[in-house]
Amino acid sequence: MTALLQLREVGRNFGGLRALSNVSLEVQQGEILGLIGPNGAGKTTLVNVVTGVHAASSGTIHFDGGEITRLKPFQAARRGIARTFQIVQPFPEMTVIENVAAAALFAGAARGIAQARADAFEHLRFVELGAIADRPARSLTLAMRKRLELAKGLAMKPRLLLLDEVNAGLNPAEIDLALGLIRRIAASGVTILIIEHLMKVVLNLCTRIAVLHHGELIKVGSADDVVNDAAVVEAYLGKRYAAQGART
Amino acid sequence: MTSRTRQIVIALAVAAVLAALPLWGSSYWMRLGTFMLMYGVLAMSWNFIGGMTGYPSFASAAFFGLGAYAGAIAQKHGVPIALAWLWAGLLAAAFASLMGAALLRLRGHYFAIASLVVAEVLRELANAATDLTGGGMGLNLPVPQLASVEAQARFFFYAMLALAALNFAAMLWVMHAKLGFGLRCIQQNEAAADMLGINTTAYKTAAFVLSAVFVGSAGAIYASWVHYIEPPDVFDVLYSVKPIVMVLLGGAGSVFGPLVGAAVFLALEELVWRNYLTIHSGVLGLLIVLLVLFLPKGLLSLSSRLGRRLGPSSS
Repeated sequence: MTALLQLREVGRNFGGLRALSNVSLEVQQGEILGLIGPNGAGKTTLVNVVTGVHAASSGTIHFDGGEITRLKPFQAARRGIARTFQIVQPFPEMTVIENVAAAALFAGAARGIAQARADAFEHLRFVELGAIADRPARSLTLAMRKRLELAKGLAMKPRLLLLDEVNAGLNPAEIDLALGLIRRIAASGVTILIIEHLMKVVLNLCTRIAVLHHGELIKVGSADDVVNDAAVVEAYLGKRYAAQGART
Repeated sequence: MTSRTRQIVIALAVAAVLAALPLWGSSYWMRLGTFMLMYGVLAMSWNFIGGMTGYPSFASAAFFGLGAYAGAIAQKHGVPIALAWLWAGLLAAAFASLMGAALLRLRGHYFAIASLVVAEVLRELANAATDLTGGGMGLNLPVPQLASVEAQARFFFYAMLALAALNFAAMLWVMHAKLGFGLRCIQQNEAAADMLGINTTAYKTAAFVLSAVFVGSAGAIYASWVHYIEPPDVFDVLYSVKPIVMVLLGGAGSVFGPLVGAAVFLALEELVWRNYLTIHSGVLGLLIVLLVLFLPKGLLSLSSRLGRRLGPSSS
């Protein structure tokens, strides 16, 4: 396996706050890598640095053999990096299909608006929003908006898809639907990095898991490795609990 | 009929009616018609940056005044009138692309205030550069060698009509093209647009340039029309404010909104001014406030509202 995305000693400061420090991480071609960590660990910052929303304060990022450390968001998007937002970001006054067509037109493979709409409809059918393609995006429920984000991401024809908490706030049935979609996306050859709080989802879906804590990468490994790692348990539950776990 | 064909048909009909104005209109109506077309150009141009892109620009007066002086000075140096108008538009466009690089980093109120200042700076420059602009003394333009006063009125009316038609065609094209789609995305959510692969800086600059080029030419035509310009006249802040009111009146971001807004605004202005000479700006302001309060999406939204109330399930 080769690394599609490679972070080397990446750091990011906000004033005196070190949101990320010395993160070195490889995302392999074709895998689903889970990124977990307590609130404020730097997960979303990591996605923002990869997509160019924030510039890295130190370190380098390589994607598909080329350096992308200094790229702007629109350039990263055109290279094949798509992301969904934790707080969904539709174009509220546009219809659902226009939202997805924009992604197909500006970052995807579509030539012209007509083809972008046709592509968009296919992606909407895939995320089961085909029936409401002509509704304004602002009228959608949260679960639908999350799937709309997914369709927008797909329409960009990405090589790497960064999913930022696509399941937060959904009920179990909606989560199962989203999980099925993510599996099918991965099966189509898209590499996925997913930020997730729900352990059910992470353990179910991911081939490997990376754990961030206070901006540092404290563990990368298989699901079993991570769940049984003392440092990870400590980060989530505190020292005393970790010590108890070690005794049993 | 697609929406674009319908829009073109309506626009051609409106243009034909307007083009026939000189056949029956008195010189008063010709003057009013020329002003209406000029306001239409200002409003349609503002629609590029304010309506489609969502950047509340107050730079129209700067482009208008710059175009007026560029055209006037060129004409004074013997440049043919049509070339002078073209040059004024191109200069305003070049100026907008430079200004845009700096101003379009700002958003919302900050952008509005920064763009407002541009006209003030240019006015002071025009005041100070006495050798070039005549300073506060103003600038006289050569009067075109035409047979009669009526012929002159007709000439400038058709010039403004041609400019408005060009501006409308550009607006219609942009709205149905990739550029317009991208601008609408920026208007709704700039961060998300960036993330979808839209080069937001380039798109915003293009919108700003489009909002300048026709206004620059309109300023030059205005200067030739009135034969005399001075800084407080052509850099008047009202040239920035009125187009915004017109677009909001008609319907921001729509195809016919700016033109409808310009016509209605001019009609209101004339009627109120005639009937309430002493308090006309107060009455006009009140009317505008009421219209914007009760019709926030502009007059054109009336038709779809009525359609919904009268017709059975129109959508």
